[in-house]
Formats: sequence, structure tokens, C-alpha cells
Amino acid sequence: MTSTELAVVEARNITKRFGPTVALDNAGITIGAGQTHALVGRNGAGKSTLVSILTGLQRPDQGEVLFAGEPAPALADRDAWRSRVACVYQRSTIIPALTVAENLFINRQTEGGRLINWRALRARAQNVLDQYGVAIDAGSQAGDLSIEQRQLVEIARALSFGARFIILDEPTAQLDGPAISRLFDRMRALREQGVTMMFISHHLEEVYEVCQTVTVFRDARHVITSPVPDLPHDALVAAMTGEAAVAYQARNRKVKAKAPIVLAVSGLGLAGRFQDVDLQVRGGEIVGLAGSGSSGKVGLAESLVGLRRPDTGTITVNGATPRLGDVPSALKAGLGFVPQDRHHQGFVPLLSIGENATMPIAHKLGRFGTISSARRRTRAEGMIEQLDIKTTGPDQPVGDLSGGNAQKVVLARALADDPSALVVINPTAGVDIKAKRALLGSVEDAAARGAGAVLVSDELDDLRICDRVLVMFHGRVTKELPRGWTDSELVAAMEGISS
Amino acid sequence: MTDSAMSDRRTLARPGAGLRLGRFRDLTLVPVIVVLLIAGSFVDPVFLTPGNLTNVLQQQSALALVVLAEALILIAGKFDLSLESTVGMAPAVAVMFVIPVSAGGFGLEIPAALAIPLCLLIGAAIGAFNGFLILRFQLSAFVVTLAMLIVVHGLQLGLTGGKSLFALPESFTYLGGANWLGLPAAVWITGVLFAAGIAALGYFRAGRSLYAIGGNADAARAAGIRVERVLWVVFIVGGTLAALAGVLETGRLGGISANQGVGWIFMVFAAAVIGGVSMDGGKGTILGALTGVLVIGLVENILTLKGVPGEWKQLVYGAIILVALMISRLAGGRAQD
Ligand SMILES: Nc1ncnc2c1ncn2[C@@H]1O[C@H](COP(=O)(O)OP(=O)(O)O)[C@@H](O)[C@H]1O
Ligand SMILES: [Mg+2]
Repeated sequence: MTSTELAVVEARNITKRFGPTVALDNAGITIGAGQTHALVGRNGAGKSTLVSILTGLQRPDQGEVLFAGEPAPALADRDAWRSRVACVYQRSTIIPALTVAENLFINRQTEGGRLINWRALRARAQNVLDQYGVAIDAGSQAGDLSIEQRQLVEIARALSFGARFIILDEPTAQLDGPAISRLFDRMRALREQGVTMMFISHHLEEVYEVCQTVTVFRDARHVITSPVPDLPHDALVAAMTGEAAVAYQARNRKVKAKAPIVLAVSGLGLAGRFQDVDLQVRGGEIVGLAGSGSSGKVGLAESLVGLRRPDTGTITVNGATPRLGDVPSALKAGLGFVPQDRHHQGFVPLLSIGENATMPIAHKLGRFGTISSARRRTRAEGMIEQLDIKTTGPDQPVGDLSGGNAQKVVLARALADDPSALVVINPTAGVDIKAKRALLGSVEDAAARGAGAVLVSDELDDLRICDRVLVMFHGRVTKELPRGWTDSELVAAMEGISS
Repeated sequence: MTDSAMSDRRTLARPGAGLRLGRFRDLTLVPVIVVLLIAGSFVDPVFLTPGNLTNVLQQQSALALVVLAEALILIAGKFDLSLESTVGMAPAVAVMFVIPVSAGGFGLEIPAALAIPLCLLIGAAIGAFNGFLILRFQLSAFVVTLAMLIVVHGLQLGLTGGKSLFALPESFTYLGGANWLGLPAAVWITGVLFAAGIAALGYFRAGRSLYAIGGNADAARAAGIRVERVLWVVFIVGGTLAALAGVLETGRLGGISANQGVGWIFMVFAAAVIGGVSMDGGKGTILGALTGVLVIGLVENILTLKGVPGEWKQLVYGAIILVALMISRLAGGRAQD
């Protein structure tokens, strides 16, 4: 990778500051033609910033970008940028209120004439979708698509500009197992057609699966670039964290046979989501819920905490029966939860860490509806220490934290009231290795204190901390695996292949 | 890859349904309008006569232009409260350049033909200033235009001394009072501008870019849309339309009172929102906004014919807007936002 002739894109000595934050510090990357090049690094390492510089959305403070040895076009010349580099950004750029066709041709709806011919536009869009093997009706509303389908539309749109270099910023963060493998099939097919890719992910096994070269960023700096086979897993983690590190080791815990049942569910059902679910969780026990995206596992977990209202069945928390579909009543019964979408349901971005983390216990921090800020501060400081939240202090707004640290605040909030049952949905999505360890560790801590936990996750590694894993398929619990399962066993059960 | 294609097809619920629904979502208020027409004909036999209906259209034309302006701004994801003040201030100040001191003018007595262009220019300038504050200084559109609502109206009060202006040049009041081919000129003007708005937002790239900006400004920027420039133009167009609304209203009433336009903004938002324009941006159509104006106009007319005392009008008015909202929600099947 030393010859620049072969480089499709090269970023040299890039420095980018946002106020006091240095997002990139003299960092660079060189991506060879036809490669699928991984860029990895912890949350906040500067990956997305590099993406916005490579795609011409932001100007670097210093340094230069070259495409095939030529200097990059002017920032205002979007079309020139888009013919060189296409991108599926970390934050979706699909506009839900518009049709798929219009999303594909946004700001280039017309062809020659000035008037938009909707019929022709739809036909053109359908052509693009068919060409890239995306089986979606161009006339459908983009808001009605699944996350996977939206991403496919973004990929098709990216490629339709004719760029032969495409950047995928954490495309797998929100996809479930089968969708990820479909994405990888697609990426391999694109590579065979000679498309160069830059791939960003927190899942290192994905790097080994689809990439040939890997670059590691740490603290805004370039650390290493290496062929993937030459950099074993541990060395890669060490490069990312700057220390020799091991994956999270599940502890050896034993659930006491006489521990009380803290969460019980019987005959729970929600039309179109899940049916006939029975579940009992003892204090100190962690029960995993696995399944594909349509298995109903998230719907079930959301019903447990009152975010959804099941049609049938009962839920018992600690002997009490909270009203179905009523979050405050579930919280009052002693439940704590980490929702699926932390940005929408997890925290209020403009409020401080202290306020966010102590929201459920606000009534305990003062009398007559007042809140003592000193006591809140003390509590919040305790939580920050316990969960190792990287922050300037309890007064920092949660919106300013990186993904992993924001998620820790959400977990801190779930744990604030010492819940007897904990429901955690995809806690490690989009979170780096160190934060992942802290998060899983805290769930295990809670179990050690006697709480029962339900852990829903798309990541097999997370589920290793569970005493048993329930597998859901098409809305029903189809299998129960005790500790010690193998990956293939679990995946087979998730895919509905019974053994 | 054919394999993945197959499974995609399966997971996509009702392909194409979105578009078919979308086409009719503009028209969810049509049943409400039909109900109002039927109800109105029972209230008073005069109601369904062409004369009365023309009257309704003429009375609503100025408000309709402000609704058009607000709909454009809302679709682009912004907000403008100050439009109502522009409706009064722009014509008042423009006219004061023309009329003599004795009639309340500045004493400059510029040619009367310049009054309307000057009025529109003042509206455009207010829009431009709003846009400048909101886009350059990244201030909240709500707060900026709330302040401007007060400032602009205050300017009118200060300059006119709180007095109404009656001695207006004839050329200025012509548009609001004239009849062209049997219909009031104001109705023609409003109709043509709405048609232009529908065409622009339906069939032109520049118009579609409002939806992209209101739906996701970052995505619009990434697609090469000059977000700030488009928004600025939208604010300027909005201010100009509000000034034109002021010209029509002035012509219809034959004078400019100190509170021309005051309180309109509530009706404007009501019309836009029941017409399906989202307060969060990116959603709604000009045709939908137009149906919203019609609903408001018909309700007002029926209340007047029914002889509902002025003190009770407000209450009935608000209640009917709420009912219209619920009906359009039921008919459209979508959550209002
Ligand atoms: N627009 C912005 N304004 C201020 N700070 C930013 C902005 N974008 C990124 N940052 C900061 O720059 C650093 C790198 O962020 P990012 O590139 O998103 O990291 P990554 O994608 O590797 O997680 C972070 O500390 C982040 O808070
Ligand atoms: Mg990122």
C-alpha cells in the first residue's frame, strides 16, 4: 500500500478541530483500488469526522484529500464529489416523508427539462433499484421501509452517481444477524465488480469477515494500517485501546435455587408481535432473549417495561402486577430498563448527566417536590465513578457525550432506584469495546446485588453473561439454551433450524 | 443476491400503498368541506348561492395568501409568526410615502404607482431580515419571529400614531375591490398564486427541495441543496406574500386600520395544520393548506349567516377547528404532528 498510483483515495495529514476538541490530529488513510478497507477505533476516535472530510461535507483545518492522485474538488461542487465518492452516513439521510424514488433522486429529480415527470422519475428509480438488486417498490413511502431497506436505498443511491468508491459508516450497528449477512453478501458482490469500500464498524469479527486491510484510529490519530490477516484480534484491540485487552469475560455466577422470582410473565401476547410467552426470572439471574429482527424479542421486552401494551397475559414484578402498557407503574413496581433507541427514549440530550441519571429517583432527592441539587450531584458523581463515564462532570449535557458514555448514563438511570428487575435492550449497539465491558459488567453487578435481569441482544457475545438464553422465532419462545451454548447452536435456533 | 432480493420483497408491507394513500392525504378535508356545504344550505338558503360563495372566497383571499406563505415556511421546517404584522405594516408604510401629510403621510408624496411595489419590497425586506437573523445567527425561528411580530407592528403603530389611514391612492385599493370576468380580482390573484405554489412544490426541483430541507436538513445539504439560500428565499417569498395579502385586505376594506392583520396568525396556523401541513416540517401540501383555508372560511360564513353573536363566535370557531382536525385524522389515518 505504498504506491499512491493504486490509491483510489488518500487523505494526508488531516487535522480538524471543533472548538476545543481535536477530532483529527494529523491523521490520514490511503485506500487501494478494489480493497474493502476497515476503519476502526473507539467512539470519538474521529472516524465519522474523517468520513465527512472524505465526502466533502467538511473542510479539514489542515491536510489534503486526493482522489486517484488528483486534488479533491471544491467543497461547493457536490456533483464532482459524488462522482468520486459515495457514502452511507452513520446518521440516515433518508427523508421519511418522501417516496423511495424521490429519495434516490433528491435534488436531481429532473432529467433535462425543468418540470418533474413523476412517472419517469419512478421508472428511473425502479431501474436503479433493480440494477443493484434492491427489491423495493420505488413508489413506496421511505418512512414505511425497515432500517435494512432504507440502508439498501442509501447504498443504491450512493452507487447511482457512478462513484466506484463507497464509504459505509457503521452500517451494521442497527441491523440484525441475517440482515448483516445479506449486507456482506452485497459488499462481496460489489467488490467483485471492482468497487472500493471503506467500512466502519465496532464489530471486529466483521472486519475479519469482509475486509482486506484495516486502519486503526485512536484519540484522533492514525495508529496502524495493516493487511487484515497480519493483525490478529488481540493486537487489533490493543491498537484500538492502547492497552493489551481481552474481550469481556463473563463471570462465574450461580443463581440460588431459592432466590425469589422477581419477574414473571404468563401467557403474554401482542397481536402481530409475539404470543403465549411465559417467563420467570429469579433474583440474581440474567435471562437472555435472542432472535432475528422479526422474532418479537424487542416487542416482548418493551411490553415488560410498559412501552407497549400487550393484548393478553399478565406481568408480575416482585409480586406486584403493574398496569400493562404503563411505564410509571412498571417503574414503581421495581423495574429498571434500558430502551432500544437511546436517542429517542433513553435520555434528554440537553439535560445534564446528573438530571438524566437521577430522573426516576428525583422524588427521593428532596421533599415536597423540590430537588436538592447537592444530593443529586453526589448521587450522579457516584454513578459516574461506578460506570466509569468519561465526562467533564455531572453537569455536562448528555447530548455532548459519545455513544458509549451516553449509553452508560441510560444504564445508570435504569439502576438508579436499585430495581429488583432489569430489562436491557441492545445495550452495546454502537458502543466500543471498553464501554461494552463496563456496561455488561454493571449488568452483572446488578445481578450480584440480587436483581433479576432480562437482556435482549443481537450480539452473541453479550448473551454470554446470561444464565440461560431464550430463543424467539416468529413471536414464540422456541428454545431455551443453558449457559455453555455454542454460537452455531444459538444461530441455528435463531434462524428457526431446529436440532 | 437474488436470495436477499426475495426476502426483501417479503418484508415490505403493501408496496405502493404509500403513494396511493399519499395522493389522497391532501384531500382528507374534502369530506369536511362537503359536510359544511350541506350544513350551510340548511342554515340559510342564501348560503349556497354563487354570490355568497364568491363572497366567502373574497373574504378569505388575503388570509389564504398568508396561509400559503406560512405553509411554504412550515414545509421547509421553519416558522414565521411575524407575517401577520407585515399584513398591516407593509401597506401602511408604503401608502404613507404617497399620501400628503394632511392624510397622515410622510409628506414625500412619491408617485402613487410606486405604492404597491414599495409595499411588496417592504414585505420582502422583513422576510429577508427574519431569514438573516435565523440563518446567520442560528437563532430559533420561533423567538426571532415572535420578536419581529411585535417590532413590525410597533413600527406601524409608531409611524401612524395608532391612527387608521383612509385617504388611499385609488391604484392601491384597486386590486382588493375590482372584479375581473365576474370574479373578484383578489380571488383570481390568490387562485393563480396557489396554482403556482402547487406546481412549484409538486413539479419543480427548487420546490421539492423544501421537503428535503424540512425533512432532514443534513441530508438535503449532503445532496447538494444550498439549504441556507433556499430558506432565505422562502422567508423573503413569505414576507412578500404577506405584504400582498395586506394590499388585498386594504382594498377590500378601503382603509388600513391600526390592527389590520392582528390575530391572524392563529387562523393561519389553524388552516395550515388542519390542511395537513406539519409543524415539524417536511410534510404537507399547498393544496391541503388551501382546503384548510376553505374550511375556516365556510365556518366563518355559516356562523355569520346563523347570526351567532360575536361573543360566542370564537368558541364555536375553535371547537369546529378541533372537530375538523379529528375528522381529517380519522379520514387520513395518520397521526397529526
Ligand atoms: N460537529 C461537531 N461539533 C463538535 N464536536 C464534534 C463534531 N463532530 C465530531 N465532534 C467531536 O469530534 C470527536 C470525534 O468524533 P467522531 O468523528 O464522530 O468519532 P467516531 O465516529 O470515531 O466515533 C468527538 O469527540 C466528537 O465529540
Ligand atoms: Mg462515528
